[in-house]
Amino acid sequence: MTNLRAYLDYNASAPLLPEAASAVLQVLENAGNPSSVHREGIKARRILDHAREVVAKSVGAQGDSVVFTSGGTEANVLALVGAPGARRIVSAVEHPSVLKTAAEVDPHMLTAPVDGTGMLDLDVLAGYLRQAGPSTLVSIQWVNNETGVIQSMAEIVAAVHGAGAILHVDAVQALGKLQISFHESGIDLLTLSAHKVGGPTGVGALIVRPGLSIAPLLTGGLQERGLRAGTENVAGIAGFAAALISPRFGVWAQIGAWRDDLERRVRALPGVQVMGTSAPRVVNTSCIACDGLDGATQVAALDLDGVAISAGAACSSGKVEPSHVLSAMGVAPERARSAIRVSLGWQNTKNDVDRFVDAYGVLVRRLARRLTVNAA
Amino acid sequence: MVENTKKPNIKTPVYLDYQATTPVDPRVLDEMLPYFTEKFGNPHSRSHSFGWEAEEAVETARAQVAHVIGADEKEIVFTSGATESNNLALKGVAQFYKDRKDHVVTVVTEHKCVLDTCRHLEQEGFRVTYLPVAKNGLIDLDQLRDAITDRTAIVSVMGVNNEIGVIQPLKEIGAICRQRGTFFHTDCAQAVGKIPLDVEEMNIDLMSISGHKLYGPKGIGALYVRRKPRVRLRAMIDGGGQERGMRSGTLPTPLCVGLGSACAIAEKYMGTDNERIRRLSDRFYDGITATLPEVFLNGDRAQRYPGNLNLSFAYVEGESLLMGIKDLAVSSGSACTSASLEPSYVLRALGVDEELAHTSIRIGFGRFTTEAEIDYAVELIAGQVKKLRAMSPLWEMVQEGIDLKSINWAEH
Repeated sequence: MTNLRAYLDYNASAPLLPEAASAVLQVLENAGNPSSVHREGIKARRILDHAREVVAKSVGAQGDSVVFTSGGTEANVLALVGAPGARRIVSAVEHPSVLKTAAEVDPHMLTAPVDGTGMLDLDVLAGYLRQAGPSTLVSIQWVNNETGVIQSMAEIVAAVHGAGAILHVDAVQALGKLQISFHESGIDLLTLSAHKVGGPTGVGALIVRPGLSIAPLLTGGLQERGLRAGTENVAGIAGFAAALISPRFGVWAQIGAWRDDLERRVRALPGVQVMGTSAPRVVNTSCIACDGLDGATQVAALDLDGVAISAGAACSSGKVEPSHVLSAMGVAPERARSAIRVSLGWQNTKNDVDRFVDAYGVLVRRLARRLTVNAA
Repeated sequence: MVENTKKPNIKTPVYLDYQATTPVDPRVLDEMLPYFTEKFGNPHSRSHSFGWEAEEAVETARAQVAHVIGADEKEIVFTSGATESNNLALKGVAQFYKDRKDHVVTVVTEHKCVLDTCRHLEQEGFRVTYLPVAKNGLIDLDQLRDAITDRTAIVSVMGVNNEIGVIQPLKEIGAICRQRGTFFHTDCAQAVGKIPLDVEEMNIDLMSISGHKLYGPKGIGALYVRRKPRVRLRAMIDGGGQERGMRSGTLPTPLCVGLGSACAIAEKYMGTDNERIRRLSDRFYDGITATLPEVFLNGDRAQRYPGNLNLSFAYVEGESLLMGIKDLAVSSGSACTSASLEPSYVLRALGVDEELAHTSIRIGFGRFTTEAEIDYAVELIAGQVKKLRAMSPLWEMVQEGIDLKSINWAEH
C-alpha cells in the first residue's frame, strides 16, 4: 500500500488505529452518562470500567489507580499541582506543561540538567534532592518527545525514593514503546496520552500509586473517585483502551529497521548529524540536524513534497526559538534551529521513509552546492 | 412491573434523561467522522498540511460555537467540558483578580461543580455569597443587587437549571453586574442551543458550554471569555500555550468539530425543535395531570425550558417509582448525584418538603423523543403511581380526609 502523503509526525499525533475508531464510533452512537443509574447509564459505566481495567493492565497497574483526564497535558498538571509536598524538581527537557506548572507551584523549582546525550545528570539530581528535602515531587520524562532518548528510570526511582521524595513520570512517549510495569517500577504518578499511541485525542490518564493522596484539579463531581470531576469522555476512553489491545499496538521491529536505515542514509549526506544517538533511544524517533538549514523552512519544503515532519514539538511549532531540549543538551543555537524530528508509526511504509530521505537529500545537497559556490 | 400496559412499537428503554446527557445527533457524528480517520492531524502542527486541515476545522467549529451565543470566535476557549469551564471561569477569574477582589456571588441551586468550586475558593480565603431562590426556583434581583460589593470579582448564575429546568433572568442579571462593575459568569450547559442567548444583549462576560448536553460528544466543552471589556483569568492547565494560553493541551479535532456542528444545528433548528419539545412536554404534563391528582411541577411553570419536567408524585416513594418504570430511563435528579439517596438540594432550596422531594423524578425530553414514547411513558408512570398509592396507607388516609400533618406519630 502506498500512502498519498508520507506522515512522519507520530510523536505529535498518531492516526487512529482502526480498532480504536470502531470503539469510539460504537460508543458515540449510544447515549448514556456513566453516573446515571438507568440501563443506558449502567451500560456506559460498564464500558468505562472495562476500559479502566485495560489501561491499567497495559501498564501493570491496578484498575483503581487510573484517573482519566482530557489528555497528557491535564494529567501532567494534575500530578504537578495535586501531588503533596511544597518543592518541585524537574529535568530541563520536560514538556512545557511540567515546566510551567512546576514553576507556578514552587517558585524555587529546581531544574536538573541533562548531559550532551540527553541523559539526566543523576549526581545533580541527588544533590537537588538533598537540598529540597523529602517534601518534594520530582517529575521526569521517561522518553523525550523530540529526541526519543530514554532515561534510566530504575536509577531515578531509587534516587528519588532514597531521598524520601515522590516521583512523577511523564510516560506519554514511552507508552507502547517501552514495557511499563507501574506497580513494580515504584513510580508514584505516571502520565499517559491516548493520541500518541493510535487512540483518540482528548483522552489521557494519570496513574496514581494506591495509597498516595492527591488533590483534584477539577472539582465538582465524584467522577474518577473525586480526583477529576466532569462527565467522562466515554467514547474517547473506550477508544484509548481499544488502541492498547490492537494487534498493531507496540509492534516496532519493522519500523525500527526502517528508522535505522533512514538514519544511516541521512548521515551519509554532507553535514548531517543525528542527535542523541549515544543514549538509549526509542526506535521510532530521529532528531536530525544540519548546520545552515532552517528547521521551519525544511518542514515547509518537505510538506510541499508530501512529507509531514516537525521542527521540535507540535505545541511549540511555529515558534522561532531553538528547542529547549536541544539547548539543554548543549547543542549550539544554529544547529538546534536546524533540527527536525522524524517520528514513525503503525501506518508507515518503506516508501514513506524513502520519500523523506529523497526530499531531505535534495535540501541538504542544495545547501552544500550553495556553500561551495559561496566559498568559490 | 405494570401489567396490561401494552408496549407499542418503540425501542425500550425509552430515553427520557436528556439533562444527564443527550444522544449524539447523527448529523453531528457525520461531520466528526472524517476527523477521526483520514484528517487526523494535530491542529497545532503549523508546519504541514495535516495540521492546517485540522486547524481549519477547529477554527470553523470555534466560529459555530461563537455564533450561537452572539460572540466573536476569538472569545471561545475549548475545554474538556462544562465542569472544566466552570472551574476555569470561577477559579481563573477569582485567582487573577485576588489582589483587589475577594468575593464571589452564586446561587444555592447551581450545578454541583460550581458549588464545589466555590467551596474551594472559600478554603483559599474568598468570601462566597450563596443567594437563595424563591419557590419557583428563580432568584430575587434585589437580593443580587444587595449582595454585590466593590470586592465582588464574579457573579455566577446558571442559565437553565439542570434539575428543574427554570431559566434565570440572565439579561437582568447581566445588566446589574455590568452596572456594578463585576464579571457575570453563567453556566449554560443546559441552555446553549435550547434558549436564545446573546452575550452582548445579556452582558455576559463568561459562559460555560457543554457538548454532550447539546447532541454533541462528551469530552468537549467551551468557555466564552469576553474580550471587550477584557476578562482575564489564570489558566488552570498550563503548558504548550494552546487556546491563547488559557488552556493548554492538544485540541481533540473531531470533538471540536462535533461541538461546532452541534451548535450550528441547534441554532438553525432552535425554533422548530423547541416547538416540538414544548408540544411533547405539554402532552406529557396534561396526560399525567389528567389521570393523577396530587402531582406537583417543581420550578416555575412558564419561565422554563420545556424539555425538563421535574414532578413530585405525592405519597409515592421516588425510588419505588423508578424501580417500577424500568422501561423508562429517567432520573431522580442530577446524574452526578444520582447514586446518592439524599433528596435533591435543589428541591430543598425551593422549599419542597423532604417527603415530597423524595417522590420526585426528572423527565427530560429532547430532539429524538416521539409522541409514541410520551404516551407510553404517561401510561407507565400513571399506572405505577396508581399502584403504589393503592398500597400506601398514607394515601388511603388522605383519601379519607385525614390531614397527615395533624397526626402525632408514635415514636419507636
